[in-house]
Amino acid sequence: MVILTVGLNHTTAPVEIRERLHISDRQLPAVLERLGQEPAVLERMVLSTCNRVEVYAVTQDPAQAEAAIPELLAEGTQTPLALFADRLYRHHQEAAVRHAFRVAASLDSMVLGESEILGQVKTAYQVALAQEATGPILNALMTRTLGVAKKVRTETGIGESPVSVPSAAVELAKKIFGELSGRRVLILGAGEMAELAARHLRGEGVQAVLVAHRQFDRAVELAARLEGRAVRFDQIREELREADIVVSSTAAPHYLLHRADMEELIRLRRNRPLFLIDIAVPRDVDPAVNEIDNIYLYDIDDLEGVASVHRLERQQEAAHAELLIEREVASFMRWLKSLDVVPTIVTLRRRLEEIRETELAKALDRLPNLNPEQQAVVRTLAHGIINKVLHYPTTELKRQSVNRDGLLYVNVLRRLFGLQDDDR
Amino acid sequence: MDVTFFFGALVLYVVGTVAYLLLLSVKGTRLSRLATAATTGGFILHTLALLVRLVAAGRLPPRNTYEALSVFAWATVLVYLGLEFRFQRKVMGAFILPIVLLTTTAAASLPKGPAGLNPALTSTWVWMHVTLILLGNAALALTCGVGLMYLLQERQLKSKSLGAISHRLPSLDFLDGLSHRTLLVGFPLLTAGLITGALQAQAAWGRFLTWDPTQALSLITWVMYAGLLQARLTAGWRGRKAALLAIVGFGSLLVAFVGVSVLLGHPHAGN
Repeated sequence: MVILTVGLNHTTAPVEIRERLHISDRQLPAVLERLGQEPAVLERMVLSTCNRVEVYAVTQDPAQAEAAIPELLAEGTQTPLALFADRLYRHHQEAAVRHAFRVAASLDSMVLGESEILGQVKTAYQVALAQEATGPILNALMTRTLGVAKKVRTETGIGESPVSVPSAAVELAKKIFGELSGRRVLILGAGEMAELAARHLRGEGVQAVLVAHRQFDRAVELAARLEGRAVRFDQIREELREADIVVSSTAAPHYLLHRADMEELIRLRRNRPLFLIDIAVPRDVDPAVNEIDNIYLYDIDDLEGVASVHRLERQQEAAHAELLIEREVASFMRWLKSLDVVPTIVTLRRRLEEIRETELAKALDRLPNLNPEQQAVVRTLAHGIINKVLHYPTTELKRQSVNRDGLLYVNVLRRLFGLQDDDR
Repeated sequence: MDVTFFFGALVLYVVGTVAYLLLLSVKGTRLSRLATAATTGGFILHTLALLVRLVAAGRLPPRNTYEALSVFAWATVLVYLGLEFRFQRKVMGAFILPIVLLTTTAAASLPKGPAGLNPALTSTWVWMHVTLILLGNAALALTCGVGLMYLLQERQLKSKSLGAISHRLPSLDFLDGLSHRTLLVGFPLLTAGLITGALQAQAAWGRFLTWDPTQALSLITWVMYAGLLQARLTAGWRGRKAALLAIVGFGSLLVAFVGVSVLLGHPHAGN
């Protein structure tokens, strides 16, 4: 029995190919169904996100399964196999287990440490589970995978600091103001990035969002989208006195806010802190404003700088995560090995032979007058019983081992005969 | 007996301080628990040390400089543990425990026995004077520790390079608010302490002020804190300047309190 992963991701295939192979939630049951009709595939699960399409399978015939899965993917998504065949990677056993752990722990993600993937893996597993597409091995693998991913998040700092520009802005705002609920945000201009930053801040519970634009109708438009209020551009002096966070992204060719004005402003504000986010290019705020006490000015490069430092931190944390995952892979492989049929049969036979030898020794002890021929008969008798008893279970176990239920038999046998600790 | 408890407390404070400082750069739930456990354990031993002395002498400490420093450190730990429990912010320990360690170590180096008792401290008024000032000092020590944290966080934000320490420090808003509140507690205590001291001086020497170095420095310190509070309440002072002044004020307080009483042989010297 072999665990197999076949798939492609953002490193092996461009988005044009990934989007064609994407399997929507609606298509997923049909694809799982179709994979189930392939006799070589005993257990199966499909993970399809915008950055990867992967099939996890358990098979007794890896060569056949490896050949069949891409064809089924091509058929299921109506994409010619030739378009993506050379983009596929295939992982077996240990490598497949490691891959599953790394994917769920977000070590294989485009944005290292992002948290979305864990939810996507969980959903993919639940869909497969509901359709009874998984079996004991994939169930065990997925349970472990989700556990490992959680462990990586709590024990390393991989998801700790924000790595995108808008989320870095939110983090900085929290370092200045603590809780953001009840704070006022003023937006100058109407860039896409400004809107994104405003949405992030809204998500943190800021109380009011005000939008000012030289064209008032555009301010009204953006304010409507952000559930905020539009203000006239000539009123921004007054609004600046009340705001806590200002996001500036106007198309002005010169500085809009100068040092002298801002010094006056902070005096009028009685030193209430002000966070200025200047994402306009060319910039709206004179960089010297940052030198004023209680004003914190970040331009687009500063925010990008903060985000990139955090990306570096995540890479360092990823090294810890890899170590943790290696330990978990080794532990999972030990468990998997204990489920093999052959070692189970060998252990069972050894157990019965031990019993035979002990009982024989006792019996022969009590019959001191037997001649060698009689002794040989007794021995053969004992031998024969063991062999006869073992014959049927052995063949049945081997036969079942290629089926999905094989594991169940192995488990029951190990439990019934107390073989759990024998091969440690 | 009390000295044994006191040194036990000192050892635990060392452990606590080191653990809190380590927590600035490493992540660890066990280390975090150790920091609080050691500090709490130290505080319990410290309380026992003070109680044993109280029972033996039959009256409340402090009666000499050793006890004064000891009570000051004790009060600081008490307030700190309260804050940690209230806000669940262990990072404050790294800035406040070192102050505690400094004062307990200074106390440990002083003569402790009953022989060193200051006869002037047998008066209830003098005892009031000393105790009020000690409690005020403890609150102002926190203002200073919180101010240090504010300056660090502010520097990180202004320089736009956020290190690991920035993730662990609370927000500027929180720190400035806490600094303000500790000042609101510490300043009235200090004021009341100074007034009782002046009344005492009037009764003993017929003058409110004798202008010994401690008195002079204390007065300067008081003016600084009064200015800070005034600026905060009326001029909307806050942030970096307020934090700086709180640190300078506490520095001058320490000099007045520790330096002068240890070094000079004067009524204020205490031993």
